[in-house]
Amino acid sequence: MPIKSILKLEIERVSILDEHGNYDEKLGAGLIPDTDLVKLYEAMSSCRYLDEVAFKLQRSGRMGTYPQNMGQEAASLGAAYVLNQDDWLVTCYRENCGLFWRGVPMEAILLHWMGDERGNAMPRPHFATPIAVPIGTQMLHATGLAWASKYRGEKQIACTFFGDGATSEGDFHEAANFAANLDIPVVFCCQNNFWAISVPGKIQCSAPTLAQRGIAYGMPCMQVDGNDIFACVYAVKEAAQRARKECRPTFIEMVTYRLGDHTTADDARRYRDQSEVDVWKLRDPLLRTRKFMESKKLWNSSKEDAMRQRIEVEVNAAVARSEQIVAPEISDVFNYTFAELPSDLVQQRDSMQTHSLASEATVRSEGH
Amino acid sequence: MANLNLVQAINLALIQEMEKDDRVLLLGEDVGINGGVFRVTEGLHARFGARRVVDTPLAESGIIGTSIGLAMAGLRPIPEIQFDGFLGPAYDQICSHAARMRTRTRGAFTVPLTIRVPVGGGIHAPELHSDSPEAIYAHQPGIKVVMPSSPYDAKGLLISAIRDPDPVIFFEPKRVYRAFREEVPEDEYTIPIGKARVVCEGTELTIVSWGSSVLQCMESIEKSSRSIELIDLRTIFPMDLEAIEASVRKTGRCVVVHEAPRTGGMGAEVAAQIMERCFLYLEAPVQRVTGFDTIMPYYKLELNYMPDANRISGAIEDVFSF
Repeated sequence: MPIKSILKLEIERVSILDEHGNYDEKLGAGLIPDTDLVKLYEAMSSCRYLDEVAFKLQRSGRMGTYPQNMGQEAASLGAAYVLNQDDWLVTCYRENCGLFWRGVPMEAILLHWMGDERGNAMPRPHFATPIAVPIGTQMLHATGLAWASKYRGEKQIACTFFGDGATSEGDFHEAANFAANLDIPVVFCCQNNFWAISVPGKIQCSAPTLAQRGIAYGMPCMQVDGNDIFACVYAVKEAAQRARKECRPTFIEMVTYRLGDHTTADDARRYRDQSEVDVWKLRDPLLRTRKFMESKKLWNSSKEDAMRQRIEVEVNAAVARSEQIVAPEISDVFNYTFAELPSDLVQQRDSMQTHSLASEATVRSEGH
Repeated sequence: MANLNLVQAINLALIQEMEKDDRVLLLGEDVGINGGVFRVTEGLHARFGARRVVDTPLAESGIIGTSIGLAMAGLRPIPEIQFDGFLGPAYDQICSHAARMRTRTRGAFTVPLTIRVPVGGGIHAPELHSDSPEAIYAHQPGIKVVMPSSPYDAKGLLISAIRDPDPVIFFEPKRVYRAFREEVPEDEYTIPIGKARVVCEGTELTIVSWGSSVLQCMESIEKSSRSIELIDLRTIFPMDLEAIEASVRKTGRCVVVHEAPRTGGMGAEVAAQIMERCFLYLEAPVQRVTGFDTIMPYYKLELNYMPDANRISGAIEDVFSF
């Protein structure tokens, strides 16, 4: 018997508004109404400004390590725009824009990076899970959350975000495999920003795309221009429909770029050339959206100035509110370890409080 | 009343909770049509269907990670990890997420799940099928760790674990699975997590133990002429320190027996708690009879590794001759 090819594969790439301003009228038709496009642009601008402020807060010692989202605003925003308000949004830490669109208050994110767990106590109506810190683990939670919806016969789906580095983690593969084989309505969105801290994409994956990793699990997959808000909306809309109607997962590779450092503790100049960053600055999602809006007479520099003033006030007010929140009671860490505190932990909590008060008293008396 | 072994008692508890509460579902490797490799979930797939008894892909982190999502959404998943030695791949999900979720979200999200894991040696199993990792998980804040040693306790504790609002690892000693039967009420009942059981009362020495070692302790006590009190902890964390304290204050002597390795084992915690709580009542130092700080040997040598009645009797005599 001759050897024959038994499988031929292809990956589709979706781009609707590119960095040169080319716009695909057919794909873009009816996707985002003009009034919404303006709001989406404002949301991205607000998130970008928060990054500027957060960076300064960290540098001046007013906030701990912070991961800037700069350059990647469109990806999670596109998803949040398309999803229903009660669909689960299961993110890591470069999805601020989507979370804010969902209604998660800016203080929640600020508070988290200011070292206060209460930032994660996001109210349930947002259906947004807390920021996941270990890489890739949240994809399994998204799969479980979507599974629960299917179990109950509801139409709620889950959409989860992770980076290119996360596709090397075992949990990514386990989540994709569970979702595909057990028919779970989850949308996997990989923000391929080319860098996992200092490690380039070629160390994470030797295949020409990350999108094709979905093929191995028998799930539809595609690559989109992750800096193109239209393409992100298009892809997640299609994936969400598939999840809701067919109870099937989708894998979307959103090609984007981390314009900033990994976090404020990182210095990307150690491992990547500025020339590469300069190329991607021209592909900035904000830049092309603004140009497009201007070409459609939806936007101009006076609107830009007015918006900038508005978001400065909003962001600075959120920062002020966050900074006014005093540290939680130390008893909190005990009280939230279990629903009902075991007696030994009660004793630890009470003795800690006694000792703390005693030591404060000692300090005071020594001061006198 | 029914005369049941540990496997049957757990099976009955699962059936009753699943009938009572549609939020309860089982997932894991081979738990469905096959009824689990130890047949603990026998008949449940036929009874409740594939929606509620789910054969998953072979991936422990995936089983626990998806269970966390299910639990965060308000369901009561009961994942099974097939053997103690395969709990490792799920460590990250258990400790980085399940255990921390309530604290790091200040209660906005909780993870009410019960992780069932067959544990320990003594059944001539292959490598990595005989470990006792309870101390590893007892050391992780935010998880409860349970290990019954009898069918009656297993049923009552499992029902408590399923209804518990926090994550519980429910270790099932393989050596006890079919070791004996006892009367188990067919009606539902609960045994509180965190409460030890006084297996037999005594006045001269206290033995603290859990899991299959409890049976070896009973054998040793039967051979002894001393008046020995045996405490089966049943819950490793939170530990019933009041029960240990009350008994040791009465007897003045204590031997702790467990199958897990000695260093950093929960026996060390028991001994330290006794030092803090009962120092002036002690007639002799607390002795430990444990597995060794070695890899659990393959089955030709496993009985040399696990505490048996002879080693326990030796420790009892050491305490009395101090």
